[in-house]
Amino acid sequence: MNKYAERLYNGIIKENPTFVLMLGMCPTLAVTTGAMNGLGMGLSTTVVLILSNLFISAFRKVIPNGVRMPAYIVIVASLVTMVEFIMKAYTPDLANQLGVYIPLIVVNCIILGRAESYASKNTLLPSIFDGIGMGLGFTIGLTCIGIVRELLGAGQIFGHQVLSLQWFTPITIFVMAPGAFLVLAVLVAVMNIIRDKMERKGKPLAKPSGCLTGDCASCVQSGVCSGKGSVTDEATKAVQKAKKPGTKKSAAEKSEEEKMEAENSATEKKED
Amino acid sequence: MSELFHVSSAPHVRAKDTTERIMLYVLLALMPTTVFGIFNFGYRALILILVTIASCVVSEWVYDKIVHKKNTVGDLSAVVTGLLLALNLPATLPWWEAAIGGVFAIIVVKMLFGGLGQNFMNPALGARCFLLIAFAADMTNYSIDSYTGATPLAAIRAGETVNAMDMLIGRTAGTIGETSTLCIVLGAIILIMLGVITLRIPGTYILTFVLFMAIFGGHGLDYQYLVAELCGGGLMLGAFFMATDYVTSPITPRGQILYGICLGILTGLFRVFGANAEGVSFAIILSNLLVPMLEKITVPSAFGQVKECKITEQIKKIRKGKEDKKDE
Repeated sequence: MNKYAERLYNGIIKENPTFVLMLGMCPTLAVTTGAMNGLGMGLSTTVVLILSNLFISAFRKVIPNGVRMPAYIVIVASLVTMVEFIMKAYTPDLANQLGVYIPLIVVNCIILGRAESYASKNTLLPSIFDGIGMGLGFTIGLTCIGIVRELLGAGQIFGHQVLSLQWFTPITIFVMAPGAFLVLAVLVAVMNIIRDKMERKGKPLAKPSGCLTGDCASCVQSGVCSGKGSVTDEATKAVQKAKKPGTKKSAAEKSEEEKMEAENSATEKKED
Repeated sequence: MSELFHVSSAPHVRAKDTTERIMLYVLLALMPTTVFGIFNFGYRALILILVTIASCVVSEWVYDKIVHKKNTVGDLSAVVTGLLLALNLPATLPWWEAAIGGVFAIIVVKMLFGGLGQNFMNPALGARCFLLIAFAADMTNYSIDSYTGATPLAAIRAGETVNAMDMLIGRTAGTIGETSTLCIVLGAIILIMLGVITLRIPGTYILTFVLFMAIFGGHGLDYQYLVAELCGGGLMLGAFFMATDYVTSPITPRGQILYGICLGILTGLFRVFGANAEGVSFAIILSNLLVPMLEKITVPSAFGQVKECKITEQIKKIRKGKEDKKDE
């Protein structure tokens, strides 16, 4: 598979931020009362994500390691401010609907996550495609949740009455907070079934090469590997060896492990 | 083979109480309430009861089939859940909404968490609250045939007077099973005589609630007000049949008393300061969530157990220090 297509595939299916990585849960649960809101939120996040990946990848050699977080935040915040102004100018209704969640894109962990784990380590074009893939994955996730909630909660899809109110009683719980959790849980379950089936067909979805757990969300190496198994096999073996009790660690292996831990803790911090 | 050669591990003396038997007892105790509900609200109540029981049993059976589990329909717990759910619904509810409630109770509240014994809240009440939020208008529509007015609770909240005798017998508006205090108490006596429940939870619940209402209700010790609050809503049904659910109530005696107090205070809070006239079901499911913590702080000390003192703490510290060193 071509490198760029692989990035798109990774963002939409293999590491879908909503259904697989479980990142950005706050907007996912809060704004998806309707399909339109989900789509709007997803697309605006996508725009910010692509641009932030672009800038961070371009400046990755200039930004000193010690202040990279503030630097990323400044870049992301400027982009979000621009997107917010543009939305207020051209789509005031949607901007009103999404409210405070547009400025909150700044602290969306998908954006900082991709900056930290991908854009800061890769060249310009792949980073842009990573942003597109992840953003589309997020958009699809949010829109799916929005469609289900809107359909069950109001009988509409994108504002059009699909189920006639003459025989359909809207199940209002689905446009309220508990409905968001229920729908998200069911959709994640469906996604897991699909991934299971794809894996059985021979597409190793859950376990990229060099992966320890097959689950990027709880993986020790997610910061280093970013889901595509970029960690060399030797490093994987070293970590696995070090995990076995009783084996003596060589100095090289130890330093390798410490490096991973440092990077891992950095990843955790940014997710907060 | 004679009994002498029958080898088994302890315990050797066993009670005959199986899950099925206890569930049968509960069903038996619910019979007066059910029959009165059908008599009071007519054929629609009967249809609702049948629909919820069927939807509960069928969804449990289907779930077991899908996940390849041993079939658990035989333990009758789904039937009890279905019946309790129906008793908590107004007779005017469309049947398909009741069926959704049954599916929600069994699939989401019970089976997804591991089946009977693992559910974190009472399935019937979980489903009632789901329906209450999902179909708010239908769930609070109590007007049927002769009963067009508000429930006694709503009436007294609006400042009207209610007839205490009507509430005792059950000739008032309300959900199918909550109206007749007499029938509920009759069922409760059956359960207590059979040893299925003790008075600890319902007793502390009702006492705490009466105290709370006397202090914060705004009517003082007004007899009519207190009786209306006690018998007018779902409190009796909740206290005897739903708060005492084995799975979702504490097993330690002190925990049960704390749980009862919790229920009383929460119900009072919801009724006096909340937006609705009724608050029993929310109080019970919220207290259900507290049960693991209540059990944790009320663990009875075992015979011969040493209490924590300075010396044991010191020993623990030293041991922990050694373990930490090992880890390094």
